[in-house]
Amino acid sequence: MVLLYIILIPMFGALLSWLASARSIALCRWIALVSLLCGLLLVTALWAGNAADPTPAGHWMYNWQQPWIPHFGISLHLAMDGLSLVMLALTFFLGALSVLISWREIKYKTGFFHFNLLFVITGIAGVFLTMGLFLFYFFWGVMLIPMYFLIGIWGHERREYAAYKFFIFTQAGGLLMLLAILGLYFIHGANTGVYTFDYFYLLNTPMERAVAQWLMLGFLVAFVVKLPAIPFHTWLPDAHTEAPTAGSVVLAGLLLKTGAYGILRFVLPLFPAASHDFAPWAMLLGVAGILYGGQLAYSQPDLKRLIAYTSVSHMGFVLLGAFAFNELAYKGVVMQMIAHGISTGALFMIAGALYERMHTRELSRMGGLWPAMPAMGTVTMIFVMASLGLPGLGNFVAEFMILLGSWQANHIMTILATIGLVIATVYSLRIMQKVFFGQSERQYALPDLGLREWLIMAPLVVVILWLGVYPQTVLGTITNYELRITTFNKEDAPRAEKRKVVIPVSDSSFVINHAP
Amino acid sequence: MTFEDLLSLGPLFNICGAAVLCMLLVAIWRNHRLIYYVTLVAFALALMSVVPVATLLPHTIAPLVVIDMFALFNSGAIVGSGLIIVLLSYNYFEEREERKEEYYLLLLLATAGALVLVISRHFMSFFLGLEMLSISLYGLIAYLRARQRSDEAGIKYLILAALSSAFLLFGMALVYGFTGHMDFPGIGAYLRQAGTFPLPVIAGFGLMLIGIGFKLGIVPFHMWAPDIYEGAPLPVAAFVATISKGGVLVVLIRFYQDIGGRNYTMLWWILAITSIASMFVGNLLALTQQNIKRMLAYSSIAHLGYLLVAFLSDTQSGLEAIAFYLTAYFPTSIGAFGVLIVMSSSVQDAETVEDYRGLFWRYPWVALVFTVMLLSLAGIPLTAGFIGKFYIVMAGVDGHHWFLLLMLVINSVIGLYYYIRVVAMMFRTTDTSQRIFIKPSLPLAGNITLGLIVMLLVGLGVYPTAMMQLIQQMMTLIK
Repeated sequence: MVLLYIILIPMFGALLSWLASARSIALCRWIALVSLLCGLLLVTALWAGNAADPTPAGHWMYNWQQPWIPHFGISLHLAMDGLSLVMLALTFFLGALSVLISWREIKYKTGFFHFNLLFVITGIAGVFLTMGLFLFYFFWGVMLIPMYFLIGIWGHERREYAAYKFFIFTQAGGLLMLLAILGLYFIHGANTGVYTFDYFYLLNTPMERAVAQWLMLGFLVAFVVKLPAIPFHTWLPDAHTEAPTAGSVVLAGLLLKTGAYGILRFVLPLFPAASHDFAPWAMLLGVAGILYGGQLAYSQPDLKRLIAYTSVSHMGFVLLGAFAFNELAYKGVVMQMIAHGISTGALFMIAGALYERMHTRELSRMGGLWPAMPAMGTVTMIFVMASLGLPGLGNFVAEFMILLGSWQANHIMTILATIGLVIATVYSLRIMQKVFFGQSERQYALPDLGLREWLIMAPLVVVILWLGVYPQTVLGTITNYELRITTFNKEDAPRAEKRKVVIPVSDSSFVINHAP
Repeated sequence: MTFEDLLSLGPLFNICGAAVLCMLLVAIWRNHRLIYYVTLVAFALALMSVVPVATLLPHTIAPLVVIDMFALFNSGAIVGSGLIIVLLSYNYFEEREERKEEYYLLLLLATAGALVLVISRHFMSFFLGLEMLSISLYGLIAYLRARQRSDEAGIKYLILAALSSAFLLFGMALVYGFTGHMDFPGIGAYLRQAGTFPLPVIAGFGLMLIGIGFKLGIVPFHMWAPDIYEGAPLPVAAFVATISKGGVLVVLIRFYQDIGGRNYTMLWWILAITSIASMFVGNLLALTQQNIKRMLAYSSIAHLGYLLVAFLSDTQSGLEAIAFYLTAYFPTSIGAFGVLIVMSSSVQDAETVEDYRGLFWRYPWVALVFTVMLLSLAGIPLTAGFIGKFYIVMAGVDGHHWFLLLMLVINSVIGLYYYIRVVAMMFRTTDTSQRIFIKPSLPLAGNITLGLIVMLLVGLGVYPTAMMQLIQQMMTLIK
């Protein structure tokens, strides 16, 4: 039940804050903030409880299931393991911060804004928790529509174009995924006689290799669009740039992560052999993203666009690591998801704060801001260093682990990916140079970080440092999960396809619904 | 005629009786409100009288009609939809200048025709029901005479419907002439016995298919649909889109079943091609429409195509899928027209996409209702439309018609685009000072009705199990 609450809390927060906005705007903001903090508290409590008492049987900490439409084998099935837990913590953390960051920025239709923001969070929480593919597709859609409004209503100048592009890209990917889900559902039904959308049943679906490849591609396209990887990344710079600050933070920090999560949770376990076959191509896409994204980032004149392209580059590491098929890279990928969420989220918040002060995103119109705003400069420096992978900060751990892992899988790709680190240094330092150093042409004073901004930045700095210095907090939590994937080495990949997977849920009330 | 016969025809008698009553009332005292209530009560009684019939099933009144589970379920759906349409009608006609009372009379008669159709198992009752339906519709479609496009729509429907009836009649004559039977099982028995398919019978079936295809509005007999939808009064358009098509579809199912249509591959192929063509033509033409009535017309062509996919699967789950889809589609479609009705002013109908620009910011409630209807039509999860579409896919898989399914999926994607376009338009922010929008009437009764429909649709989408169980019990055709 506790898992259901995690989804319901932001959902009710969304409705309440919308209703409250008719009375008072401040109340609406507070409700949104408090509900997300409640969610964060709940998740943290679960985390702490679990760290003290490591679950003995399997790595599924919680499992909750209710039949919904038994005729089609659809049930409400939520389950949580270390990966979900970590991602949920990130979700509520960044969610609460994005309410704070829009405290002053959003003045137009504030109630509806918070409704949408919290509904995106609801969708994301649902995506990280649900173990029924039907429900997963539903939450995938739930994330999409409020995000469309966030960009389309509160965005910058070209918002409608960006919102439409975002919608079309992700929806097209989502529909392909729906096709693949239905295909998997029917193939499972035809081969085993059990029609079900349940993740744990579909895990060991017997199917032909060619079929598995097509279905795998269906899933992969949806996730790769969201991630985004190279040929499908064009929606990202537009959406990130035009979105309001909170929208950019949620997009970069959370929405992209659902793509990565989907790969880890669905593509690799559901189609181990097929994804193993596809691995070199996926890694190639990843490396292309790292290099090309980095290069594009370097040449952007617009600060938000620059940061957006760094996401393309950083998410390339995710693709590279996920398809390396070993534990080290896998852990690195999860670390990268968290660290990138924090660091890029922070950079977008800084870009938003700068925009609030100077009403421009053009790098050429900034410069020489350090004397005026030393505190903000320092904070920016920390996150820029994180973004370029400085040891001691979270991103370094992540990228280092991914590279170590992928070296075992593919030497050439890893070497190419390492070049990406150099590019990252170049574009990251460019941010500092163009914004904070150089000559200032401004005559007017700019306020440094205010109390609210300190409240936002301080936790982010603490977390990114913590991740860099003591990554074990995250790594220890997810440690159980990847054992299932690491069994697929090159040698036993064909055998792995037929292997018996024990449903890793200790709960005996695990009932399946047979379609007649 | 026994008591059971009377009881089993309860819904039909109620509606017909009300028609007579209305006729007398109009002669004695013209009063819109009175007639409205009489009609409303008649529909409510008819809906209630469906319940006791369930104890008598299956009941045959030889040779013309048969009341089985299947017929009863569809009678209920038709009467229920009729009730909703009546509820939405009052304000729409109250605001318009013409004499209103005969509308209810014609609506009752048309509904009676549809009720005859769903229980008919004989060419006589089939044709009788169809003509009752069509002739009432001639009047209904052209009802608001003073309107610009009303006459055009009425005349168009009159000519085309009369022509298609002629085709149907000639086809029936051919079939009768060579098989010697007018009852469906008799024709089926003859064909099985003969083993061959004489050419005139094939020709007869072909001609009948033209007649039926016209009423269903499937490609290539769909040309009338957009003009009629555009020209007819909105409640009538809702009627044409739902009850009129549903009734004919039920006869088609029964006829196909009774003559053993599954044994004739050619018949299957003709219908399959029609289905695919309907989906593509409907959806592709809907893409560019700026008029929502026309868009709904084309989308209903496509929806008939989806329904035919389930029909062609020729399985029990196909039948269930049709029943569920109709249960979802009737309220959705009526609800969509209902939104148009409440949004229309006494001066003009709110029919172009532009009329709905930024609606959410002006009338959030109506915009939300319309969004639910459109999402249900598009088949988005958590609405009845999604479950309906999923049911159809299940049926198609049961029948192993993968190609048809692929076409259906592709079309769902195309369909998504134009439904979402309207939804996006409603949420678009606008500078309201520069534009003059239609001043909607927003009647209370209409809004309550729409609220109920939304609850029904979301209820069916979130918890469809109860309805599925009911349908599984009800979908037994008499053999």
